[in-house]
Amino acid sequence: MSHRPSAGRVTSAKIVIAGGFGVGKTTLVGSVSEITPLTTEAIMTSAGVGVDDNRQVPGKMTTTVAMDFGRISIDRDLILYLFGTPGQTRFWFMWDELVRGAIGAVVMVDTRRLADCFAAIDFFEHRRLPYLIAINCFDGMQYHNAQDVRDALAISSDVPVVSCDARNRESTKNVLISLVEYVLTMRRTRAVAPA
Amino acid sequence: MPERDEPTGALVRPYAVTRGRTRPKLEIALEALVETTVRGRSGMMRGGQGGSEHQYIAEMCDGGRVQSLAEIAARMQLPLGVARVIVADMASDGLVAVYEPTSLDDETDAVGTELLERVLSGLRRL
Repeated sequence: MSHRPSAGRVTSAKIVIAGGFGVGKTTLVGSVSEITPLTTEAIMTSAGVGVDDNRQVPGKMTTTVAMDFGRISIDRDLILYLFGTPGQTRFWFMWDELVRGAIGAVVMVDTRRLADCFAAIDFFEHRRLPYLIAINCFDGMQYHNAQDVRDALAISSDVPVVSCDARNRESTKNVLISLVEYVLTMRRTRAVAPA
Repeated sequence: MPERDEPTGALVRPYAVTRGRTRPKLEIALEALVETTVRGRSGMMRGGQGGSEHQYIAEMCDGGRVQSLAEIAARMQLPLGVARVIVADMASDGLVAVYEPTSLDDETDAVGTELLERVLSGLRRL
């Protein structure tokens, strides 16, 4: 490391953890976080078109979107945050904020409900956010191999597909390491040969 | 029964705290780190002028315990937008310092690459 930031200059980074409802996002965050995962809420106010339960405040509705997150102190001056995406993919406004400045994303997949992750993959590809696929092996069982999943998701051959047990700290750690290695490799490749 | 002075997740009170403002004076990232300044600390000891939310945040982020905007919002049970308005006010009054995350946008930028390398070696040491 050539030049460390000057003393006292703390900084942070974040990784986004995406995937369908119940796929284990919060479990994964909790397995490596130094704090019990916290929940932060954002409120969206929008015109309540097509919503029938807005008689109290005509034309308006508010939606609360909750995100779970955890924290890892990388070193004294650098904190890494892991943010789980809101369960419902229709809350895109929050996803914009989540991906801004992120290192990359982990897309968690339950092979029994593969389609649940399609929206997240589309979103990250559109935003050019690097991501990898982490197949969460519930009860230690992997129902499909990585190549089957890759084929089914029709993702590019360079996107890493790894297996994990979201409850296991070492396993989660390895998923995050794989993601950062992938991001660094892509970055170095592009820095040498800009598109 | 929760204590009346405890911040709650209810909508009315948070926006009363910001006097109805929803736009912060400063855009602050979710993961931006907040640290209480010397001025913020002395304000805290004098009892502060910005109300209990300012006090709470100044105490939370004091003594080297930097916290992200997301943590402040979560721990105070305030919606993110409300916490952002309050922290931005405190920053503009010099009560807290806000450290924005290092940008990774420029792929040829050595600072971003170095940050990623630090994250990687930190994760390996975990």
